Amino acid sequence: MTSSRKTLLWLQAGSCGGCTMAALEQGGAGLFAELRGLGLDLLWHPSLSEATGDEVLSLFARIETGAQKLDIFCVEGALLRGPNGTGRFNRLSGTQRTLLDLSRSMASHAEMTVAVGSCAAFGGVPAGDPDPTDACGLQYDGAEAGGVLGAGWRSRTGLPVVNVAGCAPHPGWIVETLGALAAGDLGPDDLDALGRPLFFAGHLAHHGCSRNEFYEFKASARTLSERGCLMEHLGCKATQAIGDCNQRAWNGGGTCTHAGFACISCTSPGFEAARNTHVTPKIGGIPVGLPLDMPKAWFMTLAALSKSATPARVRENAEADRLVVTPKRAK
Amino acid sequence: MSRLTVGPFNRVEGDLELTLEIEDGRVAEARVGSTLYRGFEQILVGRPANDALTIAPRICGICSVSQSLAAAAALREISGVRPPPNGALAANLVHAAENIADHLSHFYLFFMPDFARESYAQRPWHGEIVRRFKAAEGGAPRDMLPARARLLHMMGLIAGKWPHSLALQPGGVTRALDLGGKMRLLAILSDFRAFAETHLFGAALEQMAALETPAQLWAHAEGPGDFAAFLRVARDLRLDELGRCALPLMSFGAYHAEEGPLFRAGVVDPTGAAAPFGAIAEQVATSFFADSTEDPAQAVTLPDMERAGAYSFAKAPRLGGRPAETGAVARQAVAGQKLIRALLAQAGASHVLVRVVARVLEIARVTLAAEAWARALNLRESFCEPAREPAAGAGVGRVEAARGALGHWLRVERGVIAGYQIIAPTTWNFSPRDANGVPGPLEQALVGVETGAQGAKAVAIQHVVRSFDPCMVCTAH
Repeated sequence: MTSSRKTLLWLQAGSCGGCTMAALEQGGAGLFAELRGLGLDLLWHPSLSEATGDEVLSLFARIETGAQKLDIFCVEGALLRGPNGTGRFNRLSGTQRTLLDLSRSMASHAEMTVAVGSCAAFGGVPAGDPDPTDACGLQYDGAEAGGVLGAGWRSRTGLPVVNVAGCAPHPGWIVETLGALAAGDLGPDDLDALGRPLFFAGHLAHHGCSRNEFYEFKASARTLSERGCLMEHLGCKATQAIGDCNQRAWNGGGTCTHAGFACISCTSPGFEAARNTHVTPKIGGIPVGLPLDMPKAWFMTLAALSKSATPARVRENAEADRLVVTPKRAK
Repeated sequence: MSRLTVGPFNRVEGDLELTLEIEDGRVAEARVGSTLYRGFEQILVGRPANDALTIAPRICGICSVSQSLAAAAALREISGVRPPPNGALAANLVHAAENIADHLSHFYLFFMPDFARESYAQRPWHGEIVRRFKAAEGGAPRDMLPARARLLHMMGLIAGKWPHSLALQPGGVTRALDLGGKMRLLAILSDFRAFAETHLFGAALEQMAALETPAQLWAHAEGPGDFAAFLRVARDLRLDELGRCALPLMSFGAYHAEEGPLFRAGVVDPTGAAAPFGAIAEQVATSFFADSTEDPAQAVTLPDMERAGAYSFAKAPRLGGRPAETGAVARQAVAGQKLIRALLAQAGASHVLVRVVARVLEIARVTLAAEAWARALNLRESFCEPAREPAAGAGVGRVEAARGALGHWLRVERGVIAGYQIIAPTTWNFSPRDANGVPGPLEQALVGVETGAQGAKAVAIQHVVRSFDPCMVCTAH
């Protein structure tokens, strides 16, 4: 009988290490126990494994000759193609090999390939203007399909690169994706148009926001640390960004908007290009970025109507840093 | 003499390459290289000043809060805004959570697993260490990782998430905690204390924070807990003789409050003598960068892959013209912690043992301080003072990350960033040679390390490198 357990190799390319830090938060008995429980055997991770130097190079060689089966290959960090297409801004230390070359090779030998984080998926912050290192994702260069592997690339199991977007992603997005792949439960239909698993990418970050009542009544915060909706003035993109962010607990119960700062749409390609993160761009006083699938005229009409119906409690609390008016029955 | 290149070097947070000259079974010369460059200092230029708060933390997912705080401090120097006391306390709390989490990761996941290697199979402590610390398999992470995740619930409460939050602003933090939040902070710290006292120390935090003499430290080695297990290994392997470095120890001062920092800023020699805080300069003589001014307030970063003699994407920072060591050992030495001062004075140098002891002791000292900060939050007061976005000016943000002194040098012109230079802790510790050929701290600490017949595979080299708790992603950014 062949083992149903799956092997996992994790490499870091042009990364900040933050996706690994996020993953380490997962699991009631820690990440290692969680991965084991989900049927995953860690072949090597640069921050977490014992093997070093030649031991690691020989592992890569065994994967490339087929002696070691590789089921799931994860890349964390952008792929750096510079300078001049050589990839030398990111060399595997101790060797003359680039991460660009190594990642391409590992992806071709793996049954499935996962981009962990928006850098490995799309390029992320390293691809920010002026893009000093010619950074891109495994299968996307920003929002454009292509990247290192090419738009048409499919893994041995027929999947495109699975993009666990986010900067950093929720620990659950990472580990649940790996678990679903190990179980054979994640197919091409479970991904959105940018390769992001729908179990988190099918939602907007706005869904479940604790500031929702302020949003409904367009009762907006004007300066940081106020309780109101962050969309009108403070740059929040949660109505346009994918992610079940506000339906999950981040670090025990937080989220970006809950903590009082704007969603910067870190699950989207190109999020790093935005300027003035804390300011909502407007034309004629109207925010440029309106909710993703809402006709502008309807949004304007409803906003005007709800503003006229805003309870005093909501209006006053919106511009305070704490509850100043508590709920009472209207007279 | 034989030359060896060591890599891929794992459990160091990023990309590290060593080139060693070995002579008669000892390291005669070491060169430390960083093999990844992402270009953050180029990416920050031209953006609105406040966007530094979005981009700069993403240099490093391990010390993201430290990077946020450095960026906020640089902006604060220009705008002149003063965070209210609650803002400073809340920032200290998330900073403490990150730094303690880093110290835990280092001890349990990066440093200790090397003693579980087969090469130590004959040592009396090997079985115990394998059961507890073997990478990805030992029992300790099953205790530590959930405790670490629980500690990081402080991030959820104050910063929304970790890593990479926008909660830390020049004027304070973006969320005013309510009474429930304050109680949750205290409950998290209480849970963490229980983990630390049960598993790490086998003793009360107060007892650990009160350690003053090497004799008291070695007496602790006989007790329960993971720190005692480390001390038994350290005594057997003489880790106080390994990886010695006799450079100035520098701290930017950590955990700022109304009454001043918890750990003060300064420079001391390993003997304990105070040294001047000289000018900070960054050289590129052996780095893959084009020449620029050495003053980080004015310097420009531009890669030059063809530079003759270059072997690292890290620059070479110098304090008054000399390399300097930074990190928990420097922070505690400058702060006057007696045990750390005594261990340094005994050797006349820093070494593997004192670097690890300083870090672990700091877990106790900082947890105690965090309990006091949480209690001190005054929920009737504000947590954030609005700050205007600076149109022009220059500021420096100096903080202590877990791994040591972190500085952001910011220049703003017409509302946008005209210059941004970052010197991270590991840039100091893993500096390449400077224009005079003077090696950096790790390059000095590796000289003389016995490799025997093992060459670069000698596990002693791994101990020395990891004793600095390197973070290579910060180093070259």
